[in-house]
Amino acid sequence: MNAVPETIIRTEHLSRRFGSLVAVSDVSLEVRRGEIFGVLGPNGAGKSTTIRMLCGILDPSGGKGTVVGYDIARESEKIKQRIGYMTQRFSLYEDLTVAENLRFYAGIYGVPLLTRAARVRAVLEQTGLTARKDQLSGTLSGGWKQRVALACATIHEPPLLFLDEPTAGVDPVSRRDFWERIHEIAAGGTTVLLTTHYMDEAERCHRLAFIFHGELLDSGTPDQIIERRKLAVVELEVDRAHEAADVLRAHPDVEEVAHYGHVLRVATRNGRDPAALARELLRAFAISNVRAARATVEDAFVAMVRAEENHAPRAD
Amino acid sequence: MMVVLPVLQLLLFGYAINTDVRHIPLVVYDQDQSAQSRDLARTLVATGFYDLAGEVRSYDEIERAMRTGSAKVALVVPPRFASDLQKGTPAQVQLVVDGSDPQTVASATNTAASLVTARAMTMMLARIARSTGGVATAVPLSLEPATWYNPELRTAVFIVPGLIGVLLTMTMVMLTAMALARERERGTLEQLIVSPVKPVEIVVGKIIPYVGIGYVQMTLILLAGWFVFQVPVIGSLPLLYALAFVFIAANLAVGLFFSTIARTQQQAMQMSFFFLLPNILLSGFMFPWEAMPRPAQMLSQALPLTHFLRIVRGIVLKGSSFQDLRTELLQLVVILTVLVTFASLRFRKKLV
Repeated sequence: MNAVPETIIRTEHLSRRFGSLVAVSDVSLEVRRGEIFGVLGPNGAGKSTTIRMLCGILDPSGGKGTVVGYDIARESEKIKQRIGYMTQRFSLYEDLTVAENLRFYAGIYGVPLLTRAARVRAVLEQTGLTARKDQLSGTLSGGWKQRVALACATIHEPPLLFLDEPTAGVDPVSRRDFWERIHEIAAGGTTVLLTTHYMDEAERCHRLAFIFHGELLDSGTPDQIIERRKLAVVELEVDRAHEAADVLRAHPDVEEVAHYGHVLRVATRNGRDPAALARELLRAFAISNVRAARATVEDAFVAMVRAEENHAPRAD
Repeated sequence: MMVVLPVLQLLLFGYAINTDVRHIPLVVYDQDQSAQSRDLARTLVATGFYDLAGEVRSYDEIERAMRTGSAKVALVVPPRFASDLQKGTPAQVQLVVDGSDPQTVASATNTAASLVTARAMTMMLARIARSTGGVATAVPLSLEPATWYNPELRTAVFIVPGLIGVLLTMTMVMLTAMALARERERGTLEQLIVSPVKPVEIVVGKIIPYVGIGYVQMTLILLAGWFVFQVPVIGSLPLLYALAFVFIAANLAVGLFFSTIARTQQQAMQMSFFFLLPNILLSGFMFPWEAMPRPAQMLSQALPLTHFLRIVRGIVLKGSSFQDLRTELLQLVVILTVLVTFASLRFRKKLV
């Protein structure tokens, strides 16, 4: 096995068309060894297509890329041996037990027969699955299935792990446990690339990439991405919140207004002070508890998608 | 789907369900070679119920023709047929029929018998007219039917070997189509495709157990046929098991092909049923193949079951040898090659 390169994923102008549909267009990104890299984007943005190309199961129609040092178009078989992949639906054999699933994937990934039993035991231990090893996978809850799926994807100790929406449909406690595990795995030197819709999860990543309509809008650390949007955010309480929101939205400098219970969250662009603007626009309303807030990845994400939609309106 | 299926089924049923068998392949063993004997054969063919498949020179040749399936009926004209007729000695012709297909046999015998009786009547009348006064007592011409392979014309004998083919078609196609569709539905197929396992390995791994299941089913039907329905295997069992592999493989390829189209298990199931229907109706399992119109026959030639039925009936009922079944096997192999090519081309597309 060759040494894992410092830049574990590198793509240049990667594109994929399905007939006339452009699923991914001109995506260039770099993922460094040992980081947790999040790919964000609405449904149908091209996240899964990108992952599939990186895994070597889908040929790019344009551009090139290397994963774990191998060319994604020509050396996909070598890539497949060095990555772990977890599908959106924790694809397990439901009529096999937890341990049988692990043994099966150990076999599929060519874990040597001599060390296989020990490896399965170790993974069961690490993921806290030992007590449930003889339970049928089909009878597990979503959170436990997710653990088993992750265990299966890491059974062969791959240097790179792809997780496609790993926390979809999993309860908050399991999600938290899962993220602890992801950070553990990354601390052990494994690179993790994942897609998610949850913005709180995006902030747990080392670096992010935003994909929209198949195009890479931005990439960087969560802080960099937020900073580049130059957003200022304020939270305030107001009566007739719904009407107030409409008034605010009508102003060109208001990026976004969102309801959080009784609280309105107002984001402005172009360096406008949101508190001053809100007080000016909402004179007819009773405002209280105005406080500055930190812009989040979610704010940045929404701002980027809006800008893109206004810039180039599309049918969908 | 909802509209097209019933229409197709209607057409299939309409075409296939025709027990009025025409164009039965016939060989003539003419030991007399006289004008009268040739005339008899010609009249038989002229009815449209028989197609002349050739002339033979011995009973051995009749047997060979029947084992290969190139003839289902043989007309045997004895020597001195013409002179017997001349002299007024009662003459008898023999109609050898292949009893492994009772429906064809019934049709074949009835037609020939009535034809010969009619001819005998004409002769008698002619003779009566000629011999003013004297009455011809004996019937001048009669037909002696002889049924080979299934003399009691038991339906079980006909159905049991065919059942092997039908059940194998049903289970092999459905199991394969469903198994892969299930993996797709659950997402485990995607998980496998991302792994270093090659598509060929996935397919072979999926298929091998089903080949085993196919052989178990076949053995069970043969045993049940033997002990419950008294249908012993006359021919070579190893030959049957060897040739069955080609047939099982062809059905697995069909299943595999369906699995590449079907998105869900339900679709896979529907496709399998849709495939099964023409197999049952057009292969000759239930309705005589000879009775079908040309287009239906041509379609049925593309079905693996049509050829396997001839193979399995040949071996089980008539003791056909590898040599006898060469052409059927060749056609089966061609079908298999086409199916495997199609299935693997579809499966190869990287993203399934």
